[in-house]
Amino acid sequence: MISLTSPVETRAHRWPAGAKLAALCIATMALFALDSVAGQGAAFAVMLALYAAPGAVFLRSGVARLRMLWPFLAVIVIWHLATATPAQGAVIALRLVTAVGLANLVTMTTRLSDMVDVVRWLAAPLRRVGLNTRALELGIALVIRFTPKLAAKGAALGQAWRARSSRRPGWRIVLPFTLIALDDAEHVADALKARGGI
Amino acid sequence: MERNIALIALFAALIAALGLVPAVMLPFGVPITAQSLGVMLCGTVLGARRGTLAVLLFLLLVFLGLPLLSGGKGGLGVIVGPTGGFVIGFPAAAFVAGLITERWRRGPVALSAGVAAAAGGAVLYAFGIIGMSLVLDKTPLQSALLVTAFIPGDAIKAVIAGLVTSALYRARPRAVLSRA
Repeated sequence: MISLTSPVETRAHRWPAGAKLAALCIATMALFALDSVAGQGAAFAVMLALYAAPGAVFLRSGVARLRMLWPFLAVIVIWHLATATPAQGAVIALRLVTAVGLANLVTMTTRLSDMVDVVRWLAAPLRRVGLNTRALELGIALVIRFTPKLAAKGAALGQAWRARSSRRPGWRIVLPFTLIALDDAEHVADALKARGGI
Repeated sequence: MERNIALIALFAALIAALGLVPAVMLPFGVPITAQSLGVMLCGTVLGARRGTLAVLLFLLLVFLGLPLLSGGKGGLGVIVGPTGGFVIGFPAAAFVAGLITERWRRGPVALSAGVAAAAGGAVLYAFGIIGMSLVLDKTPLQSALLVTAFIPGDAIKAVIAGLVTSALYRARPRAVLSRA
């Protein structure tokens, strides 16, 4: 499955994932504490510069991911123009875009395997207490494997419906779809047990 | 143990797969996605504990950077975005839906699972509205106005969750762990 990591290799791809996540936490907290337009504007400019540094392709795909925020930005702009508080509106809008932009930046520059390593590191104390974290790692692998598989089976169900009906498949398809997930889970459980269990 | 892990992982995958179903547009251009239906089904079918774990596993993969939220969204940006509260509320919604289905054993499954899914939906909205009011710096009431358009869609989904859970219970009584 394709993850959201950017195929454009940046210098940040090589930085440790844990450090990037910690920096993101601090930056996000700072953004929510900052209440001046100038400060939020500066943070926004830094965020844009970080996107622009690896080149135009990276910048364009980063901006495309922020496009989903526009309905909320429209609401904020209309609201704060109507209530005559444009400065407050600017702070909220800039903070929203910068916070989401910085978080996306970490996602775009960190490989899935590096992220999973962070999860393993965070789960280490649980292992010391005696909990088995292999279940967690196996669960992650199973979801990554079975999401495209299930999606393909769902698409096949949709086609089977269309072959028999002129109407589009509606909610009725959810029942056989869930049934497939349940039955697949039983098969996977048997297969895991047959291979020696966990 | 193996069965629990397989069920939790497959239902996490089910939430993701339902997110790929294209959104149905209500009049006024409000999109309804099937993803939150998957969250409710996790609770009503797997029960409170396993349902919550399935949703948490799904969210972990979203935060790790897989585009599994409906519309191909994912990554860490969704937490701080305006709809982050809804995403964070997913496990709580599944827990409440599962708890009610487990505890309310009298009467038809469709009724208790449907009510449970509606209660889970209410919890989801509470989280979503609080998250939105924090990010957009509005009062909860003002944020609630922004999401009222989605309530009819989620009411329909609660009914569907009830009917699907009841039909599953007839087809695979042992697999519906909230009642097993």
